[in-house]
Amino acid sequence: MATTARRTPDDLVRTPAALAALVPRLRRICGEDGVLTDLSQRRTYESDGLTRHRSTPGVVAMPTTTAQVRDVISLCAEHGVPYVPRGAGTGLSAGALPHAEGVLLVTSRMRRILEIDPENECAVVEPGVANLDITRAAEPYGYHYAPDPSSQQVCSVGGNVAENSGGAHCLKYGFTAGHVRGLEIVTPSGEVVELGGKAPGAHGYDLLGAFVGSEGTLGVATRVTVSLTRSPQRTVTLLSAFTSLDAGGEAVGAIIAAGVLPSAVEMMDALAVEAAEAAVACDYPAGAEAVLVVELDGPAAEVDAQVRRVTELCAASGSFGTRTASGAEERALIWKGRKSAFAAVGRISPAYIVQDGVVPRTALAEMLGRIASLSAESGIRVANVFHAGDGNLHPLVLFDDAEPGAAERAEEVSGAILDLCIEHGGSITGEHGVGVDKACKMPRMYDDTSLETFDLFRRAFDPEGIANPDKLLPTPRLCGERPEVRTGVHPLVASGDAEQF
Amino acid sequence: MTDRPTDPEPGPERPFGDLLDDCVHCGFCLPTCPTNVLWGQEMDSPRGRIHLMAQMHEEDVLTETAVGHFDNCLGCLACVSSCPSGVAYDALIEHTRHRVETEHRRPLGERALRATVFSLFPYRSRLRALRGPLRAYQASGASSLVRRSGLLERISPALAAMERVAPRLSAPPPPLPELVPAVGERRARVGLLVGCVQGAFFPEVNTATARVLALEGCEVVVPRSQGCCGALSGHSGRIAEAADLAKRMIEVFETRRVERIVVNSAGCGSGMKHFDRTLAEAGAGRAWTNRARALSAKVVDLTEYLVDLGPRAARHPVPLRVAYHDACHLSHGQGVTRQPRELLRRIPGLELAELPDREVCCGSAGVYNLFRPEAAEELGESKARGAASTGARLLVSGNPGCSLQIASAMERAGSPVAVTHTAQLLDASLRGLGPDPLLGRGGGSGARRL
Repeated sequence: MATTARRTPDDLVRTPAALAALVPRLRRICGEDGVLTDLSQRRTYESDGLTRHRSTPGVVAMPTTTAQVRDVISLCAEHGVPYVPRGAGTGLSAGALPHAEGVLLVTSRMRRILEIDPENECAVVEPGVANLDITRAAEPYGYHYAPDPSSQQVCSVGGNVAENSGGAHCLKYGFTAGHVRGLEIVTPSGEVVELGGKAPGAHGYDLLGAFVGSEGTLGVATRVTVSLTRSPQRTVTLLSAFTSLDAGGEAVGAIIAAGVLPSAVEMMDALAVEAAEAAVACDYPAGAEAVLVVELDGPAAEVDAQVRRVTELCAASGSFGTRTASGAEERALIWKGRKSAFAAVGRISPAYIVQDGVVPRTALAEMLGRIASLSAESGIRVANVFHAGDGNLHPLVLFDDAEPGAAERAEEVSGAILDLCIEHGGSITGEHGVGVDKACKMPRMYDDTSLETFDLFRRAFDPEGIANPDKLLPTPRLCGERPEVRTGVHPLVASGDAEQF
Repeated sequence: MTDRPTDPEPGPERPFGDLLDDCVHCGFCLPTCPTNVLWGQEMDSPRGRIHLMAQMHEEDVLTETAVGHFDNCLGCLACVSSCPSGVAYDALIEHTRHRVETEHRRPLGERALRATVFSLFPYRSRLRALRGPLRAYQASGASSLVRRSGLLERISPALAAMERVAPRLSAPPPPLPELVPAVGERRARVGLLVGCVQGAFFPEVNTATARVLALEGCEVVVPRSQGCCGALSGHSGRIAEAADLAKRMIEVFETRRVERIVVNSAGCGSGMKHFDRTLAEAGAGRAWTNRARALSAKVVDLTEYLVDLGPRAARHPVPLRVAYHDACHLSHGQGVTRQPRELLRRIPGLELAELPDREVCCGSAGVYNLFRPEAAEELGESKARGAASTGARLLVSGNPGCSLQIASAMERAGSPVAVTHTAQLLDASLRGLGPDPLLGRGGGSGARRL
């Protein structure tokens, strides 16, 4: 709520007549209580975790089974009605921004853990299951689910698949894509299709790889088979304090160069630490300009050796204090500080924008310097929280939404940070996805030919363009470009660079 | 006093709109919200309800639908604990409920039920008058007949819920004197809240509380003239009623020269710590809110107080596996989770078990189980499964309503458990009674077996 409200004109409208006609059929599919048409109820779904994009859904459907998802999507396909899938609504790129004339397909009632299979080191879950609940269910068997977005106790596995979510531990364990073995999906035409399965490694085109991160444009995952990771024998978390961001950045470089692969390397600046401290009293060292959280896990002997090595490297880079935590409770408190950082910024600023960008790790120090000058020039405060190990930045651009023009200035700074990322050979999103928020920035990263190829691929799954339209790829409607009327054969197909299927 | 980090600013001075703006829509409140756990829909999550509150506030409308979702909220405040942005949902829902009570006309049946409940609960004497008929009913065997027939369930699920959780009554202990002297050298002079429900139905909890305090060296002042603290009314949006009760309570304790006011019922403590907010919401003047704030500053939960005071009396063994349940208005409402566990761990021979999903409400939630019996029952059953999984023989909590709710669900599930209050368990240890009375064996002051 504290982020800028840009209320779209289609807010406060009735369900469009064409859609209203489908409501009785939706009720037959999802049950009386599985469909929401009341305006005040629909409005509570107007945004996901990124509140500056809002749109009231035409109707909300809450299916509980694959068959219901299939029937809802088939109905949409039959009538050319757009639909938008939504999990827990924690996304930060407005990937689940509802369509005012469409169906919002919410998976929050599909939250059964169908199977924990320790022998095959995998779990089969419904898309609405919270990320952390897989770990909770696998823990008794000595396993966990490795990708851990900061919102892991809330965010849904289906949403993680759509966004190819990362998390602090992706440095060692990789993103969601590396942990999904199989999917049951409903395609935009209403077909139920199995991709992959419990056994890893299928031949041919990697459709599973294409689906993960497709942001709901290729279909809805209704069942997800994920790999479980054996929980390490020992885990130690180090908290190291530095008097400058540069020194912290140097330590990160030194750690990686020494051949140590921590499971996570996170950095927070003084402003972010201040917010986290106010929110969860995480007891981070006082007076630090930068705090580094390094987690090491693995066989006990190896971890112990690495802890000593990392402590030395931090000291050599100018750390004025490193503390280690191996007890679950103390480690949890360190992580609580880091994982609450986004929402905690609400304590020190009335409003803020969470940015997500990537730079090569070696460009980190320079990038931070540039962000600092941007902040100084504009008078807009920027707090920095980032996955330092893989160069994934999360600058938090702070502003007061009550002050006229402040939101616009903050957006400028936030946009300029992305430009800097690209300039340094990085990318416009590390893990939050493109959604609506960054769709118009895609042309900064990809040339026309690439974007057209993406579009062809998308249309192979969704020829009618009903699956989460206006997300991921730039469209004229979204980005205000001249509408492109395409007749006849696509130029790429004609040139033989692409194939229509 | 609590482990909770600092709030940006306390409630009453900040306008409702500001408090709403604190929400950044991150959704961290969803997994511990009991109604979200039950129904998985946005409007029945704190984030969704805050959205509905904003609609109410900005557009000055209160729809039937929105009221339904506000009523669905148990007021457990788990969202307050899980919110990284420090949203004062407690103040938000209290103000919202006040508006609902003032502006919204409920259907006749609901109005009648609410009128009955609130003409009964804040009055210890009226509740006490119920004890006789209730005992006769239980003794007659009609109780099990009624349960088996499901008749009550059909007439009114709310009445059925009331019947199920009604405590088995034994002869009450003699009333507490107005002054209980300290045992040994006096360390402090404290007041004790008797409470309406606690005082009428669980007098033995008060007796145990007074005894534990005295054994730890406190002189305990128990004013006869004290009434209900008004928390139940306040948490239900009946602010005028709550403010009247609060004022009477303030007058009673102001004159007693006590250092602290010890409370052993989670809901009352959480209400009394916010007397100033209640009075401000009711529009009482600055003078009253100041008096309220001074009194609130003295209010302390029994466990919080005992940990602060430090143990003096000897602890005797209670060899028993015990599950501790966090009453929401103690853990989320007052941020007290460490202290009761610390006290229990100090009892020799006692093995402390944790419940799974300990942040999630058991469904009792004050009078919620009377107004939303189906939801309450479902939550109770889920909590009972968790409690059974611990293998504990005794369930202890800082709120009798919770204990009864869980115990009755466990009984229905065929895995009965004994329940008790933290004060009674401490009392048993300090007096060297052993586990028997707590398990309902050999009489004594202990808990009842349900």
